[in-house]
Amino acid sequence: MSDAPIDLTLLDPILEEFKEQKGAVIPVLQHAQDAYGYLPKEVLSAISKKTGVPQSRLYGVVTFYSQFNLERQGRHIVRVCDGTACHVSGAPKIVDAIGDALNLEPGSSDPDYKYTLEIVYCVGSCGLAPVVVVDDVVHGHTKPDTLVKQLQQLD
Amino acid sequence: MPVLKNSEDLISLRTSAQETRRKERASEAIIFIGMGTCGIAAGASAVADAIRKELDERNLNTKVVNVGCIGICVKEPLVDIKLPGRARVTYFHVKPKMVPRIIEEHLLGGQIIKKWALAQMADGDDVLEEGLITYQEHPFYSKQIRIALRNCGMINPESIDEYIAADGYLGLNKTLFETDSEDVIEEMKDSGLRGRGGAGFLTGLKWEFCYRARGYPKYIICNADEGDPGAFMDRSILEGDPHAVLEGMIIAGYAIGAPEGYIYCRAEYPLAIERLKKAIAQAHEYNLLGDNILGSDFSFDLKVKEGAGAFVCGEETALIASIEGKRGEPRPRPPYPAVSGLWGKPTNVNNVKSFAITPRIMLKGADWFSSIGTPRSTGTAVFALTGNIKNTGLIEVPMGITLREIIYDIGEGIPNKKKFKAVQTGGPLGGCLPVESLDTPVDFDSLTEAGATMGSGGMIVVDQDTCMVELAHYFLTFASAESCGKCVPCRIGGQRLLEILTRITGGQGKMEDLDEIEYISNNMQEGSLCALGQLTPGPVMASLRFFREEYESHIKDNFCPAGICQGMFGYDISAELCVGCGLCIKACPTGAISGEKKQVHILDQTKCIQCGACYQACNVGAIPIIPKPELTVPAQQ
Repeated sequence: MSDAPIDLTLLDPILEEFKEQKGAVIPVLQHAQDAYGYLPKEVLSAISKKTGVPQSRLYGVVTFYSQFNLERQGRHIVRVCDGTACHVSGAPKIVDAIGDALNLEPGSSDPDYKYTLEIVYCVGSCGLAPVVVVDDVVHGHTKPDTLVKQLQQLD
Repeated sequence: MPVLKNSEDLISLRTSAQETRRKERASEAIIFIGMGTCGIAAGASAVADAIRKELDERNLNTKVVNVGCIGICVKEPLVDIKLPGRARVTYFHVKPKMVPRIIEEHLLGGQIIKKWALAQMADGDDVLEEGLITYQEHPFYSKQIRIALRNCGMINPESIDEYIAADGYLGLNKTLFETDSEDVIEEMKDSGLRGRGGAGFLTGLKWEFCYRARGYPKYIICNADEGDPGAFMDRSILEGDPHAVLEGMIIAGYAIGAPEGYIYCRAEYPLAIERLKKAIAQAHEYNLLGDNILGSDFSFDLKVKEGAGAFVCGEETALIASIEGKRGEPRPRPPYPAVSGLWGKPTNVNNVKSFAITPRIMLKGADWFSSIGTPRSTGTAVFALTGNIKNTGLIEVPMGITLREIIYDIGEGIPNKKKFKAVQTGGPLGGCLPVESLDTPVDFDSLTEAGATMGSGGMIVVDQDTCMVELAHYFLTFASAESCGKCVPCRIGGQRLLEILTRITGGQGKMEDLDEIEYISNNMQEGSLCALGQLTPGPVMASLRFFREEYESHIKDNFCPAGICQGMFGYDISAELCVGCGLCIKACPTGAISGEKKQVHILDQTKCIQCGACYQACNVGAIPIIPKPELTVPAQQ
């Protein structure tokens, strides 16, 4: 866990923007996650207090959707697509290679929070399988060793 | 920005936009760059930078247009050069270093570079270049009929004028001023359009239910939560032609009497969301959305809702729950959303493709649409053709075309001299079909009869190197992870099936497992709350039906014939086929292969780790996959 206190004022403009909207729980959480990188307990509790939505419901929503993270994320998010086209074109080998080289389990970050490795199902670029998304940039026709080198060169 | 006060304004804008385009075509050179997500992933941004740099250095102010995906993903990045009065020529696999020559020779010199060119297309009186095929002559396109994809890759998706020049919003215009709700519904019913999300329910009938339902306001929802792995049809349409979807939704709103609509788009499609938002803003400025559209009495507004990553939200009741800000869990139907949907009000949910097709039906008529395809599945089907196939990409074909035509004519077959094994349609909830089914016509009923489903349009081709048991395991991993957990058959059934498949692919399977699979599958199909649970057993049932011998081989012989399941196969070198080229020796990481040049090589089974490097490296297919050899310690002499 990071020791720095969490700045809850970042939530104010978000809650203001969605104040009048019906059913805005998901967009509020999405914006909050954009602001903090993940959804710490303190943030969920603050959202609950300010909106009146029970924390249990927020937690229910957060744990339902794969987009939300309750854990701190690495600086670089590596999403290996394991959609069908990528799967039959060698995605499992890419996951293994990254896992071995960077000592990462899918769904986790390294102790320095440099990388988070995620497996996702289809980013819709199947024509370029296998596909890996590194920090929102889609890489097509990826090869395990070149990808690992690229990742190691990141700051 | 022109505000279109009435129908005449739209028509005159169209005339002037077409005139502008015509003049442009005749007098200006234009460069088009395919900048869909797939193009960008293939490196289109770097190519675009190189083009801008080259133009700057030469002091040229040639117009550069970013277009969506034209479909042939395997050839990306694609750059088109269009000279005044001449056809638009597409270059494929364009790299930044190719840009200077393309600009020098083609843009400035007027000479096409044939070896880099894919095909050409002529619009109006554009003159075709010699010695290059047209798009209609290209095998990938010659059997296609593009209705939902009509503008993808052709127009700038961020320009509403270009959409209008391509007869955009004319279908809406006709709807608003020449028909009433019931006419629209009749027209849609007559067209025979069946929901392109996969269920294949008659769209016009769905609209009628919602139109007749009591309650206000009513809502229109576009289901753009395209979650099937291996499918990107909806993304391409949203990115390449967002106005087509808007227009279809406005028409639906008019027919049903709904003042408001939502587009529920998955968050994994940021570019689609951005383009939709731009398109909505433009439509507002032009008075094509908002109050009194085109001066009529009809008002309609649209919002984009981003999904948050849950496959089950493709199910309409789950999707509605998600828009309401809840966990995306399906609920029992009835009541159907047409009666009680979003916020308990009558709601109509259709897929992206259904909406994209709608304006064309209204413009050209039900008879035109139903003349394409088969009597029970009219019109066209859009597929994302992927997997082990030469031409991967997005295609739109008339219903009734056979799988063989799609795979061998459009897709040009299987690459790397491999053999076709199966084609999976309908995504993780569909089914696979073997080589014997290749002559099945592609339509809703025939595919279901054959043992697969139409689904929303993923079509994944797999070759001999794919283990069908492992593939079924893969789909089950996906489907069971995405089960929302609300109903027992899906939650528990999926897990149990997955455990069985894990056993079989791990060499621990029993023959009774095969009966168990059928028993659980039947229960899931009958007892699950929504289509996710009902269809989760689809892939395993289909592969068990068509590839039973592969399951039996795993169980009885502990052998994975495709060489995929760990520890259940080995390699050998065929003395008849080996040419002694040494490629496998170089590829082997453990030094297990030895042999002189031009002599048959020998594989030392005690050193082989079954990594498959030799199998991939061999050019002559001399490395067969064999059951895992029994290793005996050599006796001490």
